[in-house]
Amino acid sequence: MKKIEAIVQPFKLEEVKEALKNIGIDGMTISEVRGHGRQKGHKEVYRGQEYNVDLLPKVRFDLVVPDTRLDEVVEALTNAARTGKIGDGKIFVYDVADAVRIRNGDRGDAAV
Amino acid sequence: MYFPNALLLQAATDVTARVTALEAATKSAQSAGDNAWMLTSAALVLMMTGPGLALFYGGLVRRKNVLSTMMHSFIMMALVTVIWALVGYSLVFSEGTPFIGGLKYLFLHGVGADPNADYAGTIPQSTFMIYQMMFAVITPGLISGAYAERIKFSAMALFTTLWVLIVYFPMAHMVWGKGGLLNAYLGGSIPTFDFAGGTVVHITSGVSALVCALYLGKRKGYPTEPIKPHSLVLSVIGACLLWVGWFGFNAGSALSASGLASSAFVATHLAAATAALGWMAAEWLHSGKPSMLGGISGCVAGLVAITPASGFVMPMPALLIGLLAGIFCFWMVTTVKNIFKYDDTLDAFGVHGAGGTLGAILTGVFATNAINSAQINGKVVPLGLVDGNPGQILNQAIGVAIAIGLAAVGTIIILKIVDALIGVRVDAETEEQGLDLTQHGEEGYILEA
Repeated sequence: MKKIEAIVQPFKLEEVKEALKNIGIDGMTISEVRGHGRQKGHKEVYRGQEYNVDLLPKVRFDLVVPDTRLDEVVEALTNAARTGKIGDGKIFVYDVADAVRIRNGDRGDAAV
Repeated sequence: MYFPNALLLQAATDVTARVTALEAATKSAQSAGDNAWMLTSAALVLMMTGPGLALFYGGLVRRKNVLSTMMHSFIMMALVTVIWALVGYSLVFSEGTPFIGGLKYLFLHGVGADPNADYAGTIPQSTFMIYQMMFAVITPGLISGAYAERIKFSAMALFTTLWVLIVYFPMAHMVWGKGGLLNAYLGGSIPTFDFAGGTVVHITSGVSALVCALYLGKRKGYPTEPIKPHSLVLSVIGACLLWVGWFGFNAGSALSASGLASSAFVATHLAAATAALGWMAAEWLHSGKPSMLGGISGCVAGLVAITPASGFVMPMPALLIGLLAGIFCFWMVTTVKNIFKYDDTLDAFGVHGAGGTLGAILTGVFATNAINSAQINGKVVPLGLVDGNPGQILNQAIGVAIAIGLAAVGTIIILKIVDALIGVRVDAETEEQGLDLTQHGEEGYILEA
């Protein structure tokens, strides 16, 4: 099993969700986060007082998939989230030792 | 022969009686019209403090201080009201010395349905009293912009109580009270023109705000850490309510539903418009974008500057006064504040002190008896520079200087007293936590509730 953590532009939320649904991925966790990579922030001015806002709003997807589905999920995510501009985000993939479905105690691939 | 004469006599008596009745009816109609407008104006001016100023200032602070900042406006509506009823009205409007009124109206004694002909002969004195009360309510509220986010609530309440007694009541008496030093119409020795409170309200509050900002020192983290307004949406609503309420403030200062009220209404609106444009244009050129905050700051600056002039100037000078105020106050809060590095949290000095001073001086330039034909010592006299009376600018400057001096000295003394008794500023940890939780035990936004 792999855990996929994808940080994408907030306005791509629906598109990415739709793309995952189309390849049969239903389970995911979404959070609103802030951060930045190479993308520069922006300047805000309040009565002449300037502030550089460099932590920008992003949406993070967390999902766990069987090893066999990893490539197609990453591909779907990448295609849906890409605009080609700086700030599109990143995808990280981790190994997962085990998973448990709390309702009935299913383990491993059966639980995700 | 006898009979027709009796009839004639009867007819003549009838005419006299009917004329008398007609005169009484006319007077009563005028009184009804004036009173309706003045009660409406009083309510409009109260609306400027709450919710107008409370929203305007509340939106500009950080989320953790929204309630305490709104409280700084709201509490004036309760606290100053009581002080005004007990002693304030008497100290401002009963006859006394040139500097402070007497005790004739203490506890509102004798203030009822009968007009006070010295001030407003067509409305009940109780209307005049409650209208003037609203000015006393908002003025210390304006100062709160300078000490927001770091003053103790108890210190704020004591400061306000002393401030209206030591600064506001004497200044209001000098300018508007019968026999006041600066009263142009009721026997003042240095006649200055202040239609709705440029010196009394805006210079006193603005200068006191600067003194408070300097005395309290900067907020923790200012100006290195980002301290942004938490909701400009609230501020826009507040500023627009101020704009509307200001019609009661300025047009109401005609004290009647007259042509002068209409003229002041027009001047007020025009100045607010050009000031909003002026500030936004200056900002657009200076930092590349015209902002919503700039627009509302500008309109308030224009409303401040036109306040002393509103019942004296023609429409075109009103446009000019607003434009100059918008640009001047923008420069004050963006450039001058940064040079001197004081932390006037919400720019009470930069907008009210600076705008009020500009407006008071320009009143001496543009005041004309073509707009305000009230008689001084029994005759209509030239008013400002445009009427051929350049000396008025000097009188205005003296009025400004007295307001600045009284506000500065009075505020320092009051702050020293309050600091010695209970301490003015909260400690660093309290400031970090925010005043809402530490002073009031509540939060403005409870999203999980």
